[in-house]
Amino acid sequence: MTNLVLLPLLIPVIMGAVLIFFSKNEKAQKIISGITMIALLIGSITLFIAVAVNGTLVMELGDWQPPYGIPLVIDRLAAFMLLVSAIVATSTLFFAFKTISPIRSRYFFYPFFFFLLTGINGSFMTGDLFNLFVFFEVMLISSYILMAHGSTNFQLRETFKYFVINLFASMLFLAGVAYIYAATGTLNFAHLGVRVAELGQDNILNVIAVLFIVVFGIKGGLFPLYFWLPRAYTGPPTAIAALFGGLLTKVGLYAIIRMFTVVFNHDPDFTHTVLLVMAAFTMILGVLGAVASYNYKSILAYHCISQYGYIMMGFSIFSPIAIAGAIYFIAHHSIVKTALFQFAGVTEKITGTSDLKKMGGILSSHPWLAWLFFIAAMSLAGIPPLAGFFAKYPLVLGGLEEGNYIVVAVALFVGLLTLYSMIKIMKFVYWGKAKHDEERQKVSVRKLLYSVAPLVILTVVIGFGAEPVLQFTTEIADEILDPTIYITSVLGE
Amino acid sequence: MSMKWKTNNLLFIHVTRVTAFLILALSIYLFFAGHNDPGGGFIGGLMLATSILLLYLTFDRRKINKMLPMNYANWIGAGILISLLTGLIGTIVGKPYLTQFFDYFTLPFFGEFELTTAVLFDFGIYLGVGGSALIIILAIAEDT
Amino acid sequence: MVGTYLLLSKSIIRVVMGLLLLSHGAHLLLLTMAGLKQGMPALVDRYDQAFTDPLPQALILTAIVISFGMTSFSLAIAYRTYKFHKTDNLDELRGSNDD
Repeated sequence: MTNLVLLPLLIPVIMGAVLIFFSKNEKAQKIISGITMIALLIGSITLFIAVAVNGTLVMELGDWQPPYGIPLVIDRLAAFMLLVSAIVATSTLFFAFKTISPIRSRYFFYPFFFFLLTGINGSFMTGDLFNLFVFFEVMLISSYILMAHGSTNFQLRETFKYFVINLFASMLFLAGVAYIYAATGTLNFAHLGVRVAELGQDNILNVIAVLFIVVFGIKGGLFPLYFWLPRAYTGPPTAIAALFGGLLTKVGLYAIIRMFTVVFNHDPDFTHTVLLVMAAFTMILGVLGAVASYNYKSILAYHCISQYGYIMMGFSIFSPIAIAGAIYFIAHHSIVKTALFQFAGVTEKITGTSDLKKMGGILSSHPWLAWLFFIAAMSLAGIPPLAGFFAKYPLVLGGLEEGNYIVVAVALFVGLLTLYSMIKIMKFVYWGKAKHDEERQKVSVRKLLYSVAPLVILTVVIGFGAEPVLQFTTEIADEILDPTIYITSVLGE
Repeated sequence: MSMKWKTNNLLFIHVTRVTAFLILALSIYLFFAGHNDPGGGFIGGLMLATSILLLYLTFDRRKINKMLPMNYANWIGAGILISLLTGLIGTIVGKPYLTQFFDYFTLPFFGEFELTTAVLFDFGIYLGVGGSALIIILAIAEDT
Repeated sequence: MVGTYLLLSKSIIRVVMGLLLLSHGAHLLLLTMAGLKQGMPALVDRYDQAFTDPLPQALILTAIVISFGMTSFSLAIAYRTYKFHKTDNLDELRGSNDD
């Protein structure tokens, strides 16, 4: 049944539209969006199983045959990403139920939450470059709205900057689409792959490739282009920040992975070296920002940047094991980072601030919170039995095999600094004397922990069960390293 | 704001009464002209928004709200729903999503007439665009 | 050119205008890059004549619709920013270092 492919796209957008009608009724909104989210999760799991068993699913929208029409393509990578996005979004939604104030939810919080998911899922699924642009815009316009949602001064200021940067990137994206259409005469990923192979990836196509690196680098928060990210992720309410940190920038990285495996895969000496250098700088500068910062959320936001560096490093080393590590890293990072942002929200609820120096002693008043955070933080830093270690291990291994010693050294050094800044959070926030008063110590956060705990458990599970997960990501890596699989399943030859 | 709107320009009001409905008619014409001729849901929707905006310009906001008691946000929701559900028609028959069907009908007096599912899809866009254009302009205009 | 100049200026509304000009520039680029051809519009009932490539036009139409939404949003947010911060000078919108 090819129409199964539609589920992750149609469920959120239809229910988002339905939710518009209920904007005045908070309870109905929560019930509907909760049911929708669970349906989406189930849909993603079914799809994931279907793809894992049968291989790539393709659907031509409107029955137009490729390369003329727009296909939706779900290969293993896309199915994996869809699953991760569904898990993260479910947890975030249930977290949002408890933290988003009723006034905010009246102004269309839930509809835009689902439109954002539509954009994200659509970007994972589409097989057409221009369609990717459209889904990017769907995603970005919802993200602008969610980011400005509530319109405090800080949010408006940062949203404006974020908006300008991203609109500029969209303009470059459109220009890139124009150039690539002029050079090859097609926009379908699979057909582009064929055409680029025919034309040979020479100077013009390399320039276009760099243009796309810039575009997706801005959206994905890579080295010289990440400057908008930390502030933008510090502003909005935690539920939204968690979703952004966990998913939004992943779409940019996913787009890079897609473009540079299917289309621009003929000159890795050039393009992937550029990416590798960017990855190294991203890692270092991101983590240095985190070390220097004393704001809970902005530490996490800076860590996002350095982790994107890791993902890009794995991808640009371009050997099966490193790519498998990168994909595992995406899953690990989405889960852990969402959990950490939610911890930031919970902590902020207890202490009323996100400044590290004004917190302390939460371990004594809220032991569960502190220990769960400890697990997630150690996972992020890459301590062995947890997922973070198994995410970094293949990257380092792949880097050593390919002889990229400098990047490996950078990665290990950055891992150390990550550990340092996680311990910094532990030390300031959870240990020491309580700086919040008696009344705040009694604030119950148990309900909030219900949505975080599954993510923490999940990171432990994929840490202990790293073997099968890594095996699966290796399959994905093999699949995306051989673009002919993608091309033949779309063009059907 | 409402105080300033009390100016009662007779000529303006009377011209508006006629033109607003002319524009509305033109918008519906453009909407149906789409598909094989220039026109379609987007342009039609913008025209719809223009005609209603003209009413807002001429008359008082309260009066219009009494005349057209509608929440434009719901228009957007309805528009999106209609478009998406139209797309689902194809899936019932087992064809991919968004496949369009069309047939020719002959109506007495009007002559031959083409009916496609794309018209329904376009109607969704018509509502969505009209609603969102109105919301945007009214939201900025109100906030002074 | 003008777009870039406006984008780099200090006033919020000029930045928005600059972005609009730039994105319309991108639309035109899309049209010219696809090659300007002479011919009829690609409509079903006129298929016996030479017709232009309809794809870039469809792409630009979509892009224009998107930029319509973006424009309205950008104006709204620029206006709100201006109202809340009582300034349209971007130098004053930098934000302090500690947040």
